[in-house]
Amino acid sequence: MTIHGGGGEHLAPPPMPQRSRRESFELFSARIPFTLKVAAVWGVILVLLGALFAAADFDVAWMRENATFIAKGITWTIIIAVISIALACTLALLGALGRVSNSAIAVGVTGFYTSFFRGTPLIVQLFLLYLALPQIGIALGDPWADLLTLDVLTAGILALGLNYGAYMTEIFRAGIQSVGHGQSEAAEALGMNYVQKMRRVVLPQALRVIIPPTGNEFIAMMKDTALVSFLGASLDQMEIFRRAQLVGRADFRNLEALLIAAVMYWGLTTVFQYFQLRLERRLSKGYVRGTAGVAVAGQRSNAGA
Amino acid sequence: MSTAPSTPDLVVDGLWKSFGDHVVLKGIHLEVKAGEVVVVFGRSGSGKSTLLRCINFLEEPTAGTIEVAGIRVEGGGHRTRAKRERIRQLRIRAGMVFQDFNLFPHRTALDNVMEGPVTILRRPRRDAERTGRELLEVVGLADKADQFPIQQRIAIARALAMNPKVMLFDEPTSALDPELIGEVLAVMRRLAKELHMTMLVVTHEMGVAREVASTMAFVHEGEIIEQGPPEQVIGDPQRAETRRFLDAVL
Repeated sequence: MTIHGGGGEHLAPPPMPQRSRRESFELFSARIPFTLKVAAVWGVILVLLGALFAAADFDVAWMRENATFIAKGITWTIIIAVISIALACTLALLGALGRVSNSAIAVGVTGFYTSFFRGTPLIVQLFLLYLALPQIGIALGDPWADLLTLDVLTAGILALGLNYGAYMTEIFRAGIQSVGHGQSEAAEALGMNYVQKMRRVVLPQALRVIIPPTGNEFIAMMKDTALVSFLGASLDQMEIFRRAQLVGRADFRNLEALLIAAVMYWGLTTVFQYFQLRLERRLSKGYVRGTAGVAVAGQRSNAGA
Repeated sequence: MSTAPSTPDLVVDGLWKSFGDHVVLKGIHLEVKAGEVVVVFGRSGSGKSTLLRCINFLEEPTAGTIEVAGIRVEGGGHRTRAKRERIRQLRIRAGMVFQDFNLFPHRTALDNVMEGPVTILRRPRRDAERTGRELLEVVGLADKADQFPIQQRIAIARALAMNPKVMLFDEPTSALDPELIGEVLAVMRRLAKELHMTMLVVTHEMGVAREVASTMAFVHEGEIIEQGPPEQVIGDPQRAETRRFLDAVL
């Protein structure tokens, strides 16, 4: 565009165009808060889904009757997830320390572990532990036959823990490697041995990097506990999905039963996501406090100079 | 470990270090006697920092021996368990101050200073805290005990807390803002003059070098080519390389 200051007077002002419908709508929409509009979209989606369910002869009374039966599985879902994530964290810590060590045995063992458990499907690992392990136990003879025959929950927790531990090994390794090399050198120069250096200096600083993605893994694991249902737990040990399948199939109310299960998982993950967000905020606040300290000190020394 | 009074606190003997084909140190010999302050200076890339890092085995020497307060460790070869333990014993006796501090940022200043005595020397917490506060006083930061650590002076206190025989300073002022350099130099002066600390300092800072050094050593291309009291080395350098360097920095 080459309109110069003096040249404008020769040009006639452009005619004011008539406001189109589209433009009026855009202007109207701009005045509504964004979050309100997003909420409205959610509302529309839910109404449409509701209409769809109604067309499918949706039995709300049945849902009300059976919701408590399915809800009894929440405890087991949480128990399986919590024990598995604890196991996974332990394995991930050992795995990560092994990956970064300079021992051939540690690197070899942890390399095999992560490669196998990341390279095979979780459902296959579940069945390996539940169905294939007893076969090895029987072949090995007396004490092993009993030891390697796992009940459903043990096999489920072990498989989830081993699988997630293998993935989380990478998270822990990245966390450990995010701590500057100077920190290791400072700890070593003081005279710390390996364990002291890791426990007192490296791992506490690595945690800040490790915790947020570990929260994500925990939430993902909550959902993967549903896979344990394929092993067929007995009634007193059933988690959400197995209970939903049981009642859904019995009354041919699969839509209702699975919907209840889905909403329960959704609720659980939403609650834990909220806690994770808060934890993440608190961790980053701690970090800001540290940097703020530097800034304040810098200002003070500048003022003094 | 008791040593005869005549034995130096630090002996570096026949120290060679190469990274691949690049030879950085060429048979360094250096002694620091009790209460002496040796300042090593030279151009960047001359190998002076590598020398300091080899002394406490943050770099493994290619050849040569290091002896700190009677703990003698041979450089080169595999780090066996026994050798690692001897290196640890040596490091306990040699306090290290890094160019970029390397303070533990997740701990307060006081915790940083207490860390070594509590974790490594197994001192009771209360004793370590008393000594820690005293040392923060020595470096002039008594009121900063509860803050998150940001200063080189805290790093000096942390190293002192191990009650080392020798203090190693790796360019302690070169990462500092100009107005903070004076404070660190004052602490180093105090360590040398009042506490008669045995010190090995790698620095460009000729001012403080002249003031605290009992011996100055000029490193050029991996060798100590000139060594002597500061008035001699600075006032009347014998080698052309030394003269050229001093002309450039003074």
